[in-house]
Amino acid sequence: MVEPLLLLSLLLVVGWPLGRYLAAVMRGAPMRSDALFSWIERPIYAALGTRPHVGMSWRGYAGAFLLSNLLLAIVVWVIFMTQAWLPLNPDGVPNMSWDLALHTMVSFLTNTNQQHYSGQAQLSYLSQMTGIVGLQVVTPVMGLAMVAATLRGLFGGRQAMSQDSAQVKATDAKVVVDVGNYWADVTRATLRFVLPLCLVLSALLTWQGVPATLAAGPVASPVEATAEFKEQKIPLGPVSPMVAIKQLGSNGGGWYGPNSTVPLENPTPLSNFLEVFAIALIPVSIIFMVAPFTGRRKFGAMVLGTMLTMSVLTAGISLWSENNSATTLDVALMEGKEVRLGAEASALWASTTTQINNGSVNLMLDSSAPLTGMMSMINMLINAIWGGVGCGLMQFLVYLMLAVFLAGLMTGRTPELFGRKIEGPEVKLLAILVLLQPLVILGFTAITLAIPSITGNSNPGFHGISQVFYEYVSAFANNGSGFEGLGDATVWWNVSCAIVLALGRFPSLVIPLAISAMLASKRRAPEGSGTLHVETPTFALTLIGIVIILTLLQFMPVLVLGPVADHLLLTELLAR
Amino acid sequence: MSTTHANAPVTEGHSFKPALIDSFKKLAPQHAVKNPVMAVVWLGTVLTAIATLAGWTTAGFGWSVTLILLVTVLFANFAEAVAEARGRGQAASLRRARKDLVARRLDKAGKETTVPATELRPDDLVVVEEGQLVPADGEIVEGVATINEAAVTGESAPVLREAGTDRSGVIGGTKVLSDRIVVRVTAEPGHSFLDRMISLVEGSNRQKTPNEIALGIVLAVLTLTFLIVVVTLPFIGGFVGVEINVVLLVALLVCLIPTTIGGLLPAIGIAGMNRALKANVLAKSGKAVEVAGDVDVLLLDKTGTITYGDRQATAFHALAGVDGTQLRQAALLASLADPTPEGKSIVKLAREKGEKLVDPEQAHFVAFTAQTRMSGVDLPGERVIRKGAIDAIIKHVKSLDGHVPAELEARVNDVARKGATPLVVSDGRHVLGVIELSDVIKRGIKERFARLREMGVKTVMITGDNKLTAANIAADAGVDDYIAEAKPEDKLARIRAEQAGGRLVAMVGDGTNDAPALAQADVGLAMNSGTQAAKEAGNMVDLDSDPAKLLAVVEIGKQQLITRGALTTFSLANDVSKYFAILPALFAAAIPSMAALNVMNLTSPTSAVLSALIFNALIIPALIPLALRGVRFKPASATHLLRNNMLIYGVGGVVLPFIAIKLIDVILSALFNV
Repeated sequence: MVEPLLLLSLLLVVGWPLGRYLAAVMRGAPMRSDALFSWIERPIYAALGTRPHVGMSWRGYAGAFLLSNLLLAIVVWVIFMTQAWLPLNPDGVPNMSWDLALHTMVSFLTNTNQQHYSGQAQLSYLSQMTGIVGLQVVTPVMGLAMVAATLRGLFGGRQAMSQDSAQVKATDAKVVVDVGNYWADVTRATLRFVLPLCLVLSALLTWQGVPATLAAGPVASPVEATAEFKEQKIPLGPVSPMVAIKQLGSNGGGWYGPNSTVPLENPTPLSNFLEVFAIALIPVSIIFMVAPFTGRRKFGAMVLGTMLTMSVLTAGISLWSENNSATTLDVALMEGKEVRLGAEASALWASTTTQINNGSVNLMLDSSAPLTGMMSMINMLINAIWGGVGCGLMQFLVYLMLAVFLAGLMTGRTPELFGRKIEGPEVKLLAILVLLQPLVILGFTAITLAIPSITGNSNPGFHGISQVFYEYVSAFANNGSGFEGLGDATVWWNVSCAIVLALGRFPSLVIPLAISAMLASKRRAPEGSGTLHVETPTFALTLIGIVIILTLLQFMPVLVLGPVADHLLLTELLAR
Repeated sequence: MSTTHANAPVTEGHSFKPALIDSFKKLAPQHAVKNPVMAVVWLGTVLTAIATLAGWTTAGFGWSVTLILLVTVLFANFAEAVAEARGRGQAASLRRARKDLVARRLDKAGKETTVPATELRPDDLVVVEEGQLVPADGEIVEGVATINEAAVTGESAPVLREAGTDRSGVIGGTKVLSDRIVVRVTAEPGHSFLDRMISLVEGSNRQKTPNEIALGIVLAVLTLTFLIVVVTLPFIGGFVGVEINVVLLVALLVCLIPTTIGGLLPAIGIAGMNRALKANVLAKSGKAVEVAGDVDVLLLDKTGTITYGDRQATAFHALAGVDGTQLRQAALLASLADPTPEGKSIVKLAREKGEKLVDPEQAHFVAFTAQTRMSGVDLPGERVIRKGAIDAIIKHVKSLDGHVPAELEARVNDVARKGATPLVVSDGRHVLGVIELSDVIKRGIKERFARLREMGVKTVMITGDNKLTAANIAADAGVDDYIAEAKPEDKLARIRAEQAGGRLVAMVGDGTNDAPALAQADVGLAMNSGTQAAKEAGNMVDLDSDPAKLLAVVEIGKQQLITRGALTTFSLANDVSKYFAILPALFAAAIPSMAALNVMNLTSPTSAVLSALIFNALIIPALIPLALRGVRFKPASATHLLRNNMLIYGVGGVVLPFIAIKLIDVILSALFNV
């Protein structure tokens, strides 16, 4: 139990100051490093044609977000399909097929990093560095920017937040709510926050032995050489910077196909610890950012407390399941288990990577205990236990609004969030998000399982359900981890996952921003003892209850048919 | 809560038979589609019937499920019908009042013609005399009358209505008991107060409130979600060879969708209006009732709401050298024959202090006049006892060559500083002391304000009194703020100021000059005795004309929302146990190890499904009383309310069905051996 506790305390200790710093960055507050950064930022703003202090309406902000995504999408898709002809391809990697390129592009654009390719063999150094690493840096920051804009909206927009809240006059409905400047948010957060962190982690990983080179990899002879398998090419490359951003940016797409199970990506116990730590660092810092950014310390504490509670709860179950549950004790079930780092480290990684929405792996979930797999699925279905960079907090805000609606009614007032009423129009938008998740995940799971020719999974039976379900859950949550064992490099899998990825990303980032702006233009009622306080333990427990009930009700049947049945079957077999 | 509605013309309970018939009538598709949740159950019923007929399941099981589903829909219809029936009973008595009204219309020349009331138009003048019914809503332009409004308010005590005052409004269908009045008609035929009331209580064209619409969306989405869950299940199950019968799927769907709240939602809406009506408050829309629950500030008139409105004796202050008994006896004698409320209160106080004097013979009562500004009694033996304002008594005593002690002025000032009115008593040439008359604060009002404060509602007292008096009463009554020496426009200004700060304001008013403020307030409760203008401007009318009713209205509004929220939570929480009942049953045949999930240890898959469905159906009628009455509401802070309701309806909602379903299963297996 030492490692989980150490991890948690270290995260809290480092996350706190980092969150305060991030809040200053996102507020655009003057800081000492302005002189250093502004000479990089100014040319960028000039090139983008934006004035960083001029705010945007929610439509402008969301429009800029979607436009930047569209442009990146086109560029990256083209690079993937033409990489054979482009420079920086020492290993002579061929062009990607259109569907695999589409899936890979969408996957990285949505900060998911679900991989249907095997990195080292199918991407050139150029593709890795632009399409993969480039998107890995910028997409988490986009999520962060969207959630920052949403928080501004929830508290009445930048105008209202900059004044003393007590002196805010009733907002005139005609004034457009200023949710910030998208380009400035993305630029500042990338340069001042994400890149410096990457630099540090990358240096640490290189020190632990992760490769960092642009040279082609060496050729080695295998221990048991055969006629067909005389020599093996060891792929190298600028691995450590990529692993750094892969872990930090809730990305998860490794340099190598098998991700951090490969010793080259994760050579030592210390590197393993650093990598798990890095997964959670930015999402945890973002939660610490809430209080200084919004000026509501209690609200920040509530968000942190709620996520911490859920995190400890689900991580605890995963650890128990991987260490002690009936299906872990038998030697017959050890096939495919991660033994280099051990069960505890594996379960901890699995739990963290799915809570955080990162998706990198250091074990093959396919081989973990069924209930560990189930907890990973539940983490991703909830998608708000820390969650991805920005997205996690965003999903949390969605749950917050749902809980406020129900809890508000139970206190005898029209539901209000921070003094602004949640009514029909807002509920309608929330309804889209609530409906989208089961519609997309269950819909595609059902279609794929019903047509055996497209399923392509390696296991029949319950485990097969888990494999398919997990893939779509992971795609929709923009997590990117795979249950694996799935022949997923087909046109069906590529295209369907690309659709699921996009549906899991864009509505869930744009709709809450729209709701927050709608709320911001409403009359704000002062908060008194009669109004619902979201900053109390009572409300936090209500929120957790609603999250659990909602997830359970929507997905219990498929979880029962997948991992639970799997678990029961294994238990039964072992008992014989 | 006000309990003064014993006479309210609300017919309770005993209308089950028509409600039963209505439940069947409501099966008509055009009605069924109005409620998406129950429409799904209705469709499910049809589907299971078809499946059973087609032989896709065993007849016994198929028909059982079909029957239970049909009963579920009927129960929901019944809930709505019962709520409507309650209103209709009240509407019937109102209709009787409206029937066959005849009017004596005056034309411009002052000539009378008798016409049916339906021909009256606004601004027509009609004459009503003793014993006749007022033919239409209007305002008295000439005369004074006592009127019995029992037909509308259920209150049999007659009320006084007078032209040119704030009590000039009359309602069509009420009876003039004395005198003759000329009434200017203010309502179009069919739009009178009675008409509006009838359509409101019947709930016939009830508008959904904003909160109801929002909740409706949530319920529709949950229903759709579960539809997705159930429709995809056979495809996912098919992969592992689980064949799921369509009847079982429908059963699962119906158990999961929020039928409890879906079935009760219309009833809750209608019942909310009825609860307001039961308190004799006529809300012009359901929205008005709900907004009352959101109110942050109450503007309350001092008189009638916070105090009884008339000054009452609260203490005797004897001057130095005067015996207390002497003062009390003199005061008592001076007031025995005094018919004013002040006089009566002096008698009451003196008796309470132990004075037992009775009316002496040959006493001559001297009434108060504007000239003398004192009253009293002349007793045999030239004994002249007077009570009155200080300057009047000083003048009187000096005229008898009496001496006015210097102490008097200080005593009088002491009383005045407390915000009370001093009354000086003299016996012959001697000044005896001072009676303190205060505005007495209604009993229990302080506790009520404290409860409001707990709910986060701020109270502001409005009074014409000077600042000193107002401050004293405000402190005694425990209001949060007051406006002294208030003019009608002060109310409006205060409402605007509070609203600018984002607060919702409720107020009470009766006069025409209150109308702008009533219209501006988020909740404007007009007194039924008030002018037509006030009643038009407000969004609620209190038939009892009791300003304190505003407090009850706030509680009704809150209760309304809590009932919806609590039942939604309960409905969702119920689903957990239903999953544990139905999922093992669903997969049991194909996957034997699923038996481990049968935590309730239900007898058989068939019994498990039927038990869950029966519970799902029975919970609706079981909760009808709760829906009609509203959940128990104790004023408390929002956090406190949330905690209590989550424990009862959330945690309770998870636990209760586990027990109930197990119980039904035991009974089923014992009775039918399923």
